Amino acid sequence: MARAVSPRRKLINTGLAWAIGLLIFFPILWTILTSFKTEAQAIASPPLFLGFDWTLENYGVVMERSDYGRFLMNSIIIAGGSTILGLIVAVPAAWSMAFVPSRRTKDILLWMLSTKMLPAVGVLYPIYLLFIQLGLLDSRAGLVIVMMLINLPIIVWMLYTYFREIPVEILEAARMDGATLKEEVLYILTPMAVPGIASTMLLNFILAWNEAFWTLNLTAVDAAPLTAFIASYSSPEGLFFAKLSAASTMAIAPILILGWFSQKQLVRGLTFGAVK
Amino acid sequence: MHLRNALRAATALSLIMVGAAQAETITIATVNNGDMIRMQGYTDDFTAKTGHEVEWVTLEENVLRQRVTTDITTKGGQFDIMTIGMYETPIWGANGWLVPLDDLSAEYDVDDILPAMRGGLSHDGTLYAAPFYGESSMIMYRTDLMEKAGLEMPEAPTWQFIREAAAAMDDPANDINGICLRGKAGWGEGGAFITVTANSFGARWFDEEWMPQFDQPEWKAALDFYVNLMNDYGPEGYATNGFNENLSLFQQGKCGMWIDATVAASFVTNPNDSTVADHVGFALAPNAEGVEKRSNWLWAWALAIPAGTQKEEAAKAFIEWATSKDYIELVAAKEGWANVPPGARTSLYETPEYQDVPFAKMTLDSINAADPTNPTVDPVPYVGIQFVAIPEFAGMATEVSQEFSAAYAGQQTVDEALAKAQAIATEVMEAAGYR
Amino acid sequence: MATKASRSAARLMMAPAVILLLGWMLVPLIMTLWFSFRTYLPLRGGDQGWTGFDNYVRFVSSSAFWPAVQTTLLIVLGVLVITVCLGILLAILLDQPMWGQGVVRILVIAPFFVMPTVSALVWKNMFMDPVNGLLAHLWRFFGAEPVSWLSDASLQSIIMIVSWQWLPFATLILLTAIQSLDSEQLEAAEMDGAPVLKRFFYIILPHLSRAITIVILIQTIFLLAIFAEIFVTTGGAFGTRTLSYLIFQRVLESQNVGLGSAGGVYAIILANIVAIFLMRIVGKNLDT
Repeated sequence: MARAVSPRRKLINTGLAWAIGLLIFFPILWTILTSFKTEAQAIASPPLFLGFDWTLENYGVVMERSDYGRFLMNSIIIAGGSTILGLIVAVPAAWSMAFVPSRRTKDILLWMLSTKMLPAVGVLYPIYLLFIQLGLLDSRAGLVIVMMLINLPIIVWMLYTYFREIPVEILEAARMDGATLKEEVLYILTPMAVPGIASTMLLNFILAWNEAFWTLNLTAVDAAPLTAFIASYSSPEGLFFAKLSAASTMAIAPILILGWFSQKQLVRGLTFGAVK
Repeated sequence: MHLRNALRAATALSLIMVGAAQAETITIATVNNGDMIRMQGYTDDFTAKTGHEVEWVTLEENVLRQRVTTDITTKGGQFDIMTIGMYETPIWGANGWLVPLDDLSAEYDVDDILPAMRGGLSHDGTLYAAPFYGESSMIMYRTDLMEKAGLEMPEAPTWQFIREAAAAMDDPANDINGICLRGKAGWGEGGAFITVTANSFGARWFDEEWMPQFDQPEWKAALDFYVNLMNDYGPEGYATNGFNENLSLFQQGKCGMWIDATVAASFVTNPNDSTVADHVGFALAPNAEGVEKRSNWLWAWALAIPAGTQKEEAAKAFIEWATSKDYIELVAAKEGWANVPPGARTSLYETPEYQDVPFAKMTLDSINAADPTNPTVDPVPYVGIQFVAIPEFAGMATEVSQEFSAAYAGQQTVDEALAKAQAIATEVMEAAGYR
Repeated sequence: MATKASRSAARLMMAPAVILLLGWMLVPLIMTLWFSFRTYLPLRGGDQGWTGFDNYVRFVSSSAFWPAVQTTLLIVLGVLVITVCLGILLAILLDQPMWGQGVVRILVIAPFFVMPTVSALVWKNMFMDPVNGLLAHLWRFFGAEPVSWLSDASLQSIIMIVSWQWLPFATLILLTAIQSLDSEQLEAAEMDGAPVLKRFFYIILPHLSRAITIVILIQTIFLLAIFAEIFVTTGGAFGTRTLSYLIFQRVLESQNVGLGSAGGVYAIILANIVAIFLMRIVGKNLDT
């Protein structure tokens, strides 16, 4: 990894990378900065970068107006629940695809991905009617299931590619020693696949966290996650940039923090079988 | 002993049941506008008076519309009260999807609701939604700039005067646009504005046979006038400006005039947000010379109860609380008269304290000048001023206004936009079986 | 080698995922197909019976159809080109030794964590607004006329916003792949004095081809369905109406579920055409 390079080149790399990194990050930084301004300062011309009176007023307003904790809880439950449920369903499937491949394995994988291509809005009415029938409207359980189904193809595919990289010899050795299927999965595969599973979890958590069509349209009160929280701050009558920024910061902060801590994992883990 | 215990249990049980029947939790879907947010803050007052609890689902306008429409058409039953507008109410009422509000208490004084609002929220004479606040549109202008330009705003100006005034106030060197108007695509945004402008040029959406009228000279006159006015004296990129964008422009002192919703008056005169709070005057929305209809719309955000809710009584109690005179007084006492929900009740405009609010009279005059049953110069088969109260309108008008916005942005000519609008409307009306 | 027993066990293990996805695909698909042959107008009394292929004909013959297909493809293509090209460059840069690598990485990845709605709102209001937006201030600072991004350069603006969101994903995957590149091979080439471009085209790019395939495949699936970015910024005006947005307009704005369902069927067909096309071009890279 750490190749030896001249300090000069390292300096250039660092400068360039930081400049680009900050440029890409800037919209988020600006949102965070704006959240500490008053509404009038938020649209001040010329724009104020740091020289404004920092205020927590917007956060106060947002906390008073909405039950942030409940939205956050729902987001965590829906994103977390769907990820865990997805893994429970996907691990065996990916395992069998990777270690007992058949001629149709690749077709099944591609077919699974193709189920993601049905445009969500086209099936809003069918799904809504179905949810009424099943009594799942505005329930976390219903959303956990939908989010799981939406992301299942990605989970299966990611896990499949990780499992493929596990050397078969080890498994065969275990089988010779008389390991049962269950033991094989539990004690050999799973530990070896933990990095892969972890990054799969992360990616799916992020995707479920950010999904904004079903989470908005199938919820009202009990199951409404942070996407619904955002929808109550976007474009009201009157000035709203600062409050919107505060709400946005609150909505993305948890996942940003999670991303921060798991950055290494993500960088290593998101291979999708891209590494041979 | 045994019996007594049983009795006790029974009593307790019945108490719980009575309690459950009385104190309920109702779910209310509402829009994230300032007056509604304020209402949420006073929920405790409602709970204290009735014992009912409230769960709020607050969404931005477009999402709200999509959410409540899906729910009511599929009878999803997610909400006990929905916040809807003057467009949805008569259509939903006609479909039998709303609980008629014909048995409100005497104390509520339903006759106090402004006649224009009551008419717009009724179907066949039955009220289906109670107005929380109502609005028309009017001119807001900078008195200081007007004075500097040596002009005086008449009470009821014409479009020709507006153009002259815009030319006089326009000052690009100082970052002041003569006029700011909505151009953003969407039936409730720029679509509403251009429709009322067209009304004031003598145009209409449909003739009495439901034939779209975009090929008529009145529409061309209206659109040409608007585009020329905005290209000459409007802000950069006005084709994407809606209510909010214009509001912030005006508050920053970048507009000489702004014609928009009357509720904006309390924002532009609020010194906390507006840099020009002390220099705002108001006038009736303009008309073209010789046209009797003025370009002011009529809108109300109203509370309605979807048919089939299990909590009708509690929902009615909430509506009676939120749209009552008492609620207005509550807000006035806590936050001042300028912040009460406007445009719903006659008695508000008879309150002496409210008459001192600078924009009160012009708001009332504007509302009274709007007649949804008779919106255009030539007769039309529809109800509604800035909209046509038929189910197909929202989709059709959004597409039409997208064509208009493309013309505002200079991507096509006015004639092209009108031809496309005519084609879109004809297609929709044929598909819906009107023709 | 797999025994018969393990083969049936494997089927059993695959069953839940396959059955669930089959259900998730078939139930809505069948309902969509069913509705697409019916006059279903929720605001006009709901389901009003069989109408044959009327909805299909009407959807395709609408003047909005072909431009919508074109817009969809343009957005997908534009975002793919930008994210893949910049992603490769960024991945190479991030793989170099530097100070504060971890922090830079999180900065670059961050947009991926932002909800599409939020990023669209932020870009629209705080950056692309022609009067109050930061870009307008920047343009004015350099004495240029501010651009009305969302009306005059609407498609480009949306491609930019979406690229900003997906660049981190592409960079991540490409970076993972680059890290697995044998650095000895690269160093050897460097020692041999192979010019930078040559090294790039003969060593790095071939090594990345698999990762690029995966980026394209996964992003295409998500990009065909982008919605929030358009809903928030232009509302489909100024030539930014994609096929899924057109379906949204038919289903929710015009409240014509039958017509929208027919559109949904077309969208599935388009997605499959794109998928087959992709498989032809890049599929051979996917042999596992």
